Amino acid sequence: MKTLTNLPFWLLLIVVAALAAIPVALNNVSLREDFFLILMLAILASSINIIMGYTGYVSFGHIVFFGTGGYIAFYLMQNYQIHFVPAALVGGATASLIAFLIGIPVLRLRGAYFALATIGINEAFRSFVTNFEPFGGSIGMFFNFAVYDAYGGAKNAGQFAYYAMIGLALLTIATSFLIKKAKFGLGLMAIREDQDAAQVLGINPARMKVITYTISAFFPAVAGAIFFFKNGLIEPGVAFELHRSIEALVMVMLGGYGTVTGPIVGAIVYERLRGFLITTQSLSNFHLVIAGALLLVIVLFVPAGFIGWLRQRWAALGRYLE
Amino acid sequence: MNIEALLASTFDGLMLGFVYGLMAMGLTLIFGVMKVINLGHGPVIVIGMFSVLVLSQAFGINPYLALPVVIVFGVLFGMVMYFVALHRVINAPELTTLLATFSVNLMITGTMTVLFSTSPRGLDVSLGSLQFGAVTILGTAVTAVVIAVLVTATLYAFLYRTRTGKSIRAVANNRSAAELMGINSTRMLALSFGLGTMLAMISGALLATRFSFTVLSGSGLETKSFVIVVLGGLGNPTGALLGGIIIGLLESITTIFIPVSWVPVLEFVVFVLILLVRPNGLLGAR
Repeated sequence: MKTLTNLPFWLLLIVVAALAAIPVALNNVSLREDFFLILMLAILASSINIIMGYTGYVSFGHIVFFGTGGYIAFYLMQNYQIHFVPAALVGGATASLIAFLIGIPVLRLRGAYFALATIGINEAFRSFVTNFEPFGGSIGMFFNFAVYDAYGGAKNAGQFAYYAMIGLALLTIATSFLIKKAKFGLGLMAIREDQDAAQVLGINPARMKVITYTISAFFPAVAGAIFFFKNGLIEPGVAFELHRSIEALVMVMLGGYGTVTGPIVGAIVYERLRGFLITTQSLSNFHLVIAGALLLVIVLFVPAGFIGWLRQRWAALGRYLE
Repeated sequence: MNIEALLASTFDGLMLGFVYGLMAMGLTLIFGVMKVINLGHGPVIVIGMFSVLVLSQAFGINPYLALPVVIVFGVLFGMVMYFVALHRVINAPELTTLLATFSVNLMITGTMTVLFSTSPRGLDVSLGSLQFGAVTILGTAVTAVVIAVLVTATLYAFLYRTRTGKSIRAVANNRSAAELMGINSTRMLALSFGLGTMLAMISGALLATRFSFTVLSGSGLETKSFVIVVLGGLGNPTGALLGGIIIGLLESITTIFIPVSWVPVLEFVVFVLILLVRPNGLLGAR
């Protein structure tokens, strides 16, 4: 674990933690809400990047884990009064288990077929949960406010959720960094470049892909648990929203496919930009059009994303910016 | 179990299935020729719906007579879409083309929302109906089937009988070999994207004559197209038609046995299973 003594690794974590601490230090609740969302999106984008950026498997329906984790944790907290932390961990572990079981057959598919299958899985889950009565069917579930009493009321619960999100974001980024720098990550990138050649070199693609998929399912699931805990209400349309999944892919592309910092930068830029477009009077009607045009420009002209472009432009920077 | 109810829903499903088939054929044609999954498929279907709406409500043109306009517009729109979003990245990995078409999806949805808002719309088309016992056959449904069959037949005649059609198939088969034979592959790619877009628009127009719709109807129809396309085999137009009919029948017949809301669960489970067991579709070779 040479990475643990690596300067850029700690630098990145410290910068993220310092940024995340700003709203707490200023005691600014509306800023905290913005940062909460950005951290969540950074987690979603980073975990998609782990399977997509390193291994080259485009998981379009990755949001399925966000929804699953959210639902399971919510159900446990609401019906069995389980504390948030174990509930979220159970949610994350279940999502990982599902990813493991689904991953074994689905990761045999390549390219477009895999992307389509993940969309199908998400839609199957969404329509199943819509009909599943214990989870409240299409109406979903909502907290009895007494749930928040264990955390010192709804206001403190919001603060608590923010800390949890920071912790999870740091964990996700650290995992993403460690995987990239380990021999394991090198194997994944070999699979991304040429799966058959990687196999010839003694890499077991099937096993490595399933492990990666299992890891990358854990973080969005816990993020879902935190998000819906704070939200106090969960419904299938919001939990399994395919659009959010695609937005996370956009953030990965924006920041830089296969880099550690890219998805974080992508999440910040995307969320700030969307906020700006929606709140600016003259642009708000056209925010989708502008977002679409911008995405197209990036896809067509800067395919490496912002961080990827920086790394290409200044090679020396590449040593510090992963 | 009521035989008449079964018969009625079989007819319904069959008629819906042809339109679904047409819709999915657009998606599968594009994939077959250039290995691109068009995430802009849904919004294009919606454009088809709204073109008919505008032509019939603002200009008083009969929705069926508006179809030729939709056809021409569809081909042109698709070709423009190809050159704007795809031409530069046509050889890039899937992710790039997926996101490029998704960006078009965003732009179309955004523009349509500004122009038409998201309130539900409907066309008032009535062509009478025929009654056989419990089975009611709507004139609009029959017309939609006839048009879907005509368009499919024309498409096949074009792809198999004309020189341009054969060139498209050659490009689909092996682009570099086709180029060596003097085929302008860029033109063929653009044309096939235009044809795929046109098919989506016609199916949208036909759906608009039967159901109410909104600017956001596209995403549901797009995922349905994915299911159908995979069922029939990615890149296989005949399979898409068959898949469309299967999904149409599944949607109408299963509602006799299970609540309507469970139908999507069944659809998507079948979808994932087909991908796993027979990724080449029901008609494809193993």
